[in-house]
Amino acid sequence: MVAKAVWRPDIKELARIEGQKRPVESGHRLCAGCGAGIIIRQIAMAARKPLVWINATGCVEVATTIFPYTSWNVPWAHNAFENAAAVGSGVEAARKKLARVNRFEGDPDIELDYDVIVLGGDGGTYDIGLQAISGAFERRHKIMYVLYDNEAYMNTGIQRSGGTPFGARTTTTPVGKVIKGKPLFKKPIMDIMVAHGIPYAATVSPAYWNDALVKFRRGFETEGPVFIHAFSTCPLGWGSAPEDTVKIMKLAVETCVFPLYEVVDGEYRLTGPSVSIAKNPDRKKPVEEYLKLQGRFRHMFKPENKWMIEKFQEWVDRQWETLLKRAGY
Amino acid sequence: MAVQKSVGQTMMALNGDEAVAWAVKQSNVDVVAAYPITPQTIIVERISEFVHNGEVDMEFIKVESEHSALSASWGAALAGARAFTATAANGLALMWEILYITASTRTPVVMAVVNRALSAPINIHNDHSDSMGARDSGWIQIYSEDAQEAYDNTIMAFRIAEEAMLPVMVTLDGFTISHTLQNVSVLPDEVVSNFVGVRKIPRIKLPHIYGEKEIPLMLNPKYPISFGPLDLFDYYFEHKVQQNEAMKASVPIIEKVHREFAEISGRSYEPVHMIPYKTEDADVVLLGLSSTMSVVRKVVDELRSEGKRVGAIRLRVFRPFPADMIRKELSKVSTVGILDRSLSFGAEGGPVFMEVRSALYSSSSKPTVYNYIYGLGGRELPPKLIKKAFDELLEAKEEPEKPVIKYLGVRE
Repeated sequence: MVAKAVWRPDIKELARIEGQKRPVESGHRLCAGCGAGIIIRQIAMAARKPLVWINATGCVEVATTIFPYTSWNVPWAHNAFENAAAVGSGVEAARKKLARVNRFEGDPDIELDYDVIVLGGDGGTYDIGLQAISGAFERRHKIMYVLYDNEAYMNTGIQRSGGTPFGARTTTTPVGKVIKGKPLFKKPIMDIMVAHGIPYAATVSPAYWNDALVKFRRGFETEGPVFIHAFSTCPLGWGSAPEDTVKIMKLAVETCVFPLYEVVDGEYRLTGPSVSIAKNPDRKKPVEEYLKLQGRFRHMFKPENKWMIEKFQEWVDRQWETLLKRAGY
Repeated sequence: MAVQKSVGQTMMALNGDEAVAWAVKQSNVDVVAAYPITPQTIIVERISEFVHNGEVDMEFIKVESEHSALSASWGAALAGARAFTATAANGLALMWEILYITASTRTPVVMAVVNRALSAPINIHNDHSDSMGARDSGWIQIYSEDAQEAYDNTIMAFRIAEEAMLPVMVTLDGFTISHTLQNVSVLPDEVVSNFVGVRKIPRIKLPHIYGEKEIPLMLNPKYPISFGPLDLFDYYFEHKVQQNEAMKASVPIIEKVHREFAEISGRSYEPVHMIPYKTEDADVVLLGLSSTMSVVRKVVDELRSEGKRVGAIRLRVFRPFPADMIRKELSKVSTVGILDRSLSFGAEGGPVFMEVRSALYSSSSKPTVYNYIYGLGGRELPPKLIKKAFDELLEAKEEPEKPVIKYLGVRE
């Protein structure tokens, strides 16, 4: 069940929250311009209760913890790569049981009223972790699974994943003499998750912070499993300038490479700039504007590879048309 | 093991799996996460019935794989719950990655392993290749001989796991025990409940964050802790040594819990780690695990009646391995045969053999040691083959130059 009343972030309130403890302290080793750091911050800003944070193996895990240090100010656990959703299931079930019997009643040192957030990258979500997420969603655990999608296995050195887009150069889809980058398209991860009949799923581009915060909050307020697909620029893996991170996050939405929408109890709704693009198709920018800022697509701009940009554009158009139909446009 | 009468116990006809399910039902378990696999299925079926009939207040997470079963159990335990899971064979193999993580994060999950042969070829019957494959994963391993012991060991395992802060694997032989009806003496609910209590959360000091305050070791917003950080060459090694120390430190905990359990149940498994049978004056001893040993003891009785000085040792706790006890117990024996119900491919013998023989190396009076591999994929070990082994051992005089590894009951 999705909460009816929509929470609106108040800029003064956010400034106050920002002045308080952050979920992840400065000093972590995420790269300059990494999208994941922004996503973590936005999740915490939208929290309504204390959080218990489960992390799949990946960039965020290695960059925020190295014994004996940790950047985390919230209870945090990492087990392995493919099982974060299963771990989250266990935490949620334990919380439910322990709260039901008031196990720690009278113990001022233990808090059981919290939300469970599970964070995984595209490798941990599209590929190796898909089964555990599917199981957790089928079982209707009240967890919010956030995918920070930087579109390749960045932690192990930029290898392609099921989330890597067509044409992108990675270390396992190099631009060779015969095969130029990734010959396949992204797996439709939102469709797969929505097909589980979960009450709430949404896409988030951190550049649109207001839209992102509303969706994260809505996710927390939803009874049942929630999937948030967050777009996460990776300057290292994408060959983009760190200062262009937010610009790329915006262009992904403006070109409809990554439209903003939410699926509430099966009903599709466009949000943010995607609404105005739907109403005014002229505002939809060509994919080149998005692609040209990233070294991973550079080879596609050579005259002999122009067909790749066309193919990319066709795919984006087709996805966008499907979404428009679903959203009633 | 004779079942002694104790006040208030109910004699029930249960198979081994049901006995485990009853122990779980009575042990104040908060979360069960499990995936069905033959011959463990009856455990998850019975627990499901208890939950669906409202006979027990627990969250049963019916996960989509064994990998998730242990992962969810880990999460539940970290969140403060008493967690249980159960599996067999390929299911245990699928958990392999998380077995190590559970032990290395000192998470007290209890798991019943209904011993079954590993694929390939696929086979649903009993041998010990599954749990023996997990012998170095950092779990305490207790091997049960019968349904009664599977029940008793499961109850004790929760206490051991939580006090030692290590996961515990309780094994029972697939079909031979899991599916065989037996008289099981079941303790009253409140006796078990008092014995295990509810899960207590250990308190630790993290002086650099929380000063002298002792904080609960769990996922808890009041006192956040990071579990499972990256840990490289500057600390990993020390942590592994500490983990090994924890395994050693579990020995007195295992003994204490057994003593206390004997007080409530009348069932003593002294001296806990292994149980010798007629070894005081024995020349020859067969040492092995689990249900097979009840047959071995019967053969010992028969041979004793023929005047042959033979004995048996049933190893119960394989991890931590009771090397000192084995050295002491075997110091007066001239020849010992080690029964292994699994193979270690390419090694000089089965896992039990290698451990026992290695333990004896530093002994001043060491017996001659032979290895018998038997029962793979559920192949029976009839008394006549056990007799044959005893007779061979009685004739063996000198330590052979190379380890002698024989197969019992295999077609040539």
